[in-house]
Amino acid sequence: MTKSNNHYAIEAHNLNIFYGNFQAVKNVDLEIERNKITAIIGPSGCGKSTVIRAFNRMNDFILTARVEGEILFHEKNIYASDIDAVQIRRMIGMVFQKPNPFPKSIYENVAWGARVNGFRGNTDELVEQTLRAAALWDEVKDNLKRNALELSGGQQQRLCIARALAVKPEIILMDEPCSALDPIATLKIEDLMRELSQEYTIIIVTHNMQQAARVSDNTAFFTMDEDRAGIMVEYGLTSHIFTKPHDQRTEDYITGRFG
Amino acid sequence: MNKLLSTPSMDSPDPEIQAFFKGRHRQATLWQVIFNLSTLVGIIVLVILLVTILNRTMGFTAVENEIAPQSLSDRPMDELEINEMAAIIRGQLTRNRMRTIERAGPLEEQGRGKVYEILIEEVVQPKVVQSYTLIDSLTKRGQISAEIAEKFPQATMEFRFWLNARFLQNAMASEPTLAGVRSALLGSFFLIVITISVAFPIGIGAAIYLEEYAVAKNWINRIIQTNIDNLAGVPSIVYGILGLAVFVRILVPFTSGAMFGVEGGSGRTILSAGLTMALLILPILIINAQEAIRAVPNSLRQASYGLGATRWQTIWNHVLPYALPGILTGTILAVSRAIGETAPLIVVGASTFITSDPSGPFSSFSALPIQIFNWTTRPDDTFRNIAAAAIVVLLVSLLTLNAVAIILRNRFTKRI
Amino acid sequence: MKETILQPKAIKVSQRVTPNLQKRIRLGETFITALLFFCGAVSILTTLGIVFVLGNEAWLFFGGPDVDLREFFFTTTWQPVIGNFGVLPLVLSTLITSFIAMCVALPLGLSMAVYLSEYASTKTRSILKPILEILAGIPTVVYGYFALTFMTPVLRGIFGDGTVSIYNMASAGLVLGIMILPLVSSMSEDALSSVPSSLREAAYGVGANRLETAVQVVVPAALSGIIAAFIIGVSRAVGETMIVAIAAGSGPKFTFNPFESAETMTGYIARISGGDLSYDTPDYNSIFAIGLLLFLITLTLNITSRVISRRFREVYE
Repeated sequence: MTKSNNHYAIEAHNLNIFYGNFQAVKNVDLEIERNKITAIIGPSGCGKSTVIRAFNRMNDFILTARVEGEILFHEKNIYASDIDAVQIRRMIGMVFQKPNPFPKSIYENVAWGARVNGFRGNTDELVEQTLRAAALWDEVKDNLKRNALELSGGQQQRLCIARALAVKPEIILMDEPCSALDPIATLKIEDLMRELSQEYTIIIVTHNMQQAARVSDNTAFFTMDEDRAGIMVEYGLTSHIFTKPHDQRTEDYITGRFG
Repeated sequence: MNKLLSTPSMDSPDPEIQAFFKGRHRQATLWQVIFNLSTLVGIIVLVILLVTILNRTMGFTAVENEIAPQSLSDRPMDELEINEMAAIIRGQLTRNRMRTIERAGPLEEQGRGKVYEILIEEVVQPKVVQSYTLIDSLTKRGQISAEIAEKFPQATMEFRFWLNARFLQNAMASEPTLAGVRSALLGSFFLIVITISVAFPIGIGAAIYLEEYAVAKNWINRIIQTNIDNLAGVPSIVYGILGLAVFVRILVPFTSGAMFGVEGGSGRTILSAGLTMALLILPILIINAQEAIRAVPNSLRQASYGLGATRWQTIWNHVLPYALPGILTGTILAVSRAIGETAPLIVVGASTFITSDPSGPFSSFSALPIQIFNWTTRPDDTFRNIAAAAIVVLLVSLLTLNAVAIILRNRFTKRI
Repeated sequence: MKETILQPKAIKVSQRVTPNLQKRIRLGETFITALLFFCGAVSILTTLGIVFVLGNEAWLFFGGPDVDLREFFFTTTWQPVIGNFGVLPLVLSTLITSFIAMCVALPLGLSMAVYLSEYASTKTRSILKPILEILAGIPTVVYGYFALTFMTPVLRGIFGDGTVSIYNMASAGLVLGIMILPLVSSMSEDALSSVPSSLREAAYGVGANRLETAVQVVVPAALSGIIAAFIIGVSRAVGETMIVAIAAGSGPKFTFNPFESAETMTGYIARISGGDLSYDTPDYNSIFAIGLLLFLITLTLNITSRVISRRFREVYE
């Protein structure tokens, strides 16, 4: 097992992911810094979502998916056979592309995850705390019993973030969280991300290069090789990637020559 | 030049081509009419069916009384005082019979309605010797009264509604005027309760297993699924045969209640029938529930798993509540199917003549469709009338049940 | 190529404690999974039960002294009292009633399906489909009543009291056809609807009218789906009991005349099991032998239908 460095929240080493016989991701080495926002960018189809879902073992639910290599979290390979995937998912939360709150009340949406994971404290406090942390409290505090589906798209997504926060994760994965939202909602969530990164590690997959440039500390650029497998081309400080990229492919993508 | 080498146009002056288009148009219209009419057939059949049944539920009857009411009193029976009726009754019935009737208390205390009933049923004893359909009654009144006067000089002509409140309250009897569907209704009711209690949990459980756990397409899961699909197409009488051999015969200590201390029973109990029917509706229940569960959007499951919930927590808290309206509708549909099933009950041994109400899962039983079958196949024509009445009861129950299903489904889908 | 990362921020205290990521046994989950699997397995038990029970008793039947396999399948009298056990009369009347039923259900059902899928407006559909569903939901014993009290008198009125006996296969067959009509119609309509509209549009595009498109393009395209519907209809008709038990007659008779009374396989089983039944007599065992035959016939038909319809769906998906 590769020696892990403690200032990384999570690391992928030699990650290869297959769907049946098709290789979707090839040889990815990625170390995610704690308490930073790491963006994964690149054209569509180059395995970005697959990689991020590998971090919390959501790929387990796809029958044909197969993961080779290792992902180290707290010095353990999360794909080892003696690791509890359910716990992993509690500690590494996820926000999805299309907001998917439960068809329950706002209160229940936040409280349920905590309860199911054994939370026995004051639920009211927890709900208020997380809704504040998600910058949603002021907008919904008057009626927490309202059905979550009545909220606007942006509000629903913030609710999903609050829901994820309620189970006290270390890392929050975000798979194109703003692609279904309007620009104002998007900006609100970007502000939120910056606040959250003080306490949590955030990894975000985004199609929107400008968003990555605005919001992230580090950026990884992915593309497709000749066999249509996703590979990581370059990874570094966002400022460097966007001003002085080392690889020609990165520069081509950033300047809009393809993708 | 060959006229048809170039594509003919409808505006072409050539008479041959004109004829071709006309013929084609006529043919199209003809077939359209045929298709339209075929759909009418469905409506027509339904209407004829309902009319045929309703036709028999009321009409003129020729009634002969065992003892003419006129010989008992000058005044009409329904104008008598209660003690006058009691006196007549005491005068006509045997002492044994009086003892049975008065077991609950003397006649005078049993209420006028009840005493009148006893007077009519036990003393006057009307018997229907001939019945006529509604349509005949409405159109051939004169002919009917002439016929009655000629063939049954003793009889009076009365218009009768075979489907009345008494019909629903009375137990089975050998005389059509006195027979009712109470024991059959109770039997059907208990039967359904047992059927649902067994089939619902097992059916939902199987559906959950197939949709949420058995996602791997390995051979055993595929066998279970194909098996269920096949079972849905097995004729209902085969389920009856299965029930006969397994529940009535092999498991007789269980189904007759001998295991629980019930004496003298056979395996032909409500319990056996209920278990048989449960097996019968299980495949449809499972298939319906599977569809309902499949309709749950995957994003819901993903959200739940993403929070670190286990599979069962996800199913119980999110998948099932979302799928519940669909599951309930499917269950109600399966139950309506079960209510109307007759063949398996015949094989498992429903009794056709039960006078006492079923007392528990270990009693022998009848059921509404069995009663209908029995009355329909009696040689005596009069029984067709009460068969028709019973059919109306059955259809109304089914209609209500399905209406409930539709209302439930609409209410639940609105909430989400 | 990677760049070196700058110094990380101070790690919070809570994150320095290593959480327990060890795989754990969740008893509740395991128990529930087992329970659910058992529910799924009940269906297997049912099939095994059917096969075993029918097979076993049928075996006893054929093993008995009075019964001979060749006699069973090839002779035409069924008179257990004098030791004749030829099943052909029962099979023949089942076939005849089912055939009559399909003569009603197929043309009408297909025609309705074509109308519903190619011609009908949404309003018409919203009236017709519920009516078909109602017809499908009527219990078969009610259809039996209908056959006896309406269809038979009508037939006797048309063809004469002498030709048509009170119990006859024709009444039962016709009403049987009406009963399976909704099934054939809805399955055929599903098949027609799943033909992609691009096919229809192509036909309209070359100037075909609605009839020609429906009959010469859509129906042939949906043919295997329609055949699958037809086979399922036959299977339903073969397995149906109450209509024939009430209207077709009791007592096996080997005849091709549909106006005569004759008992079908299902009618026989109903009659024998509904009467006085002592276990282990040839009569009792014969129920299982006939039941087994019935089961095998319907199973074969159902499987055939499913194979055909799966092949059909593969073409269009």
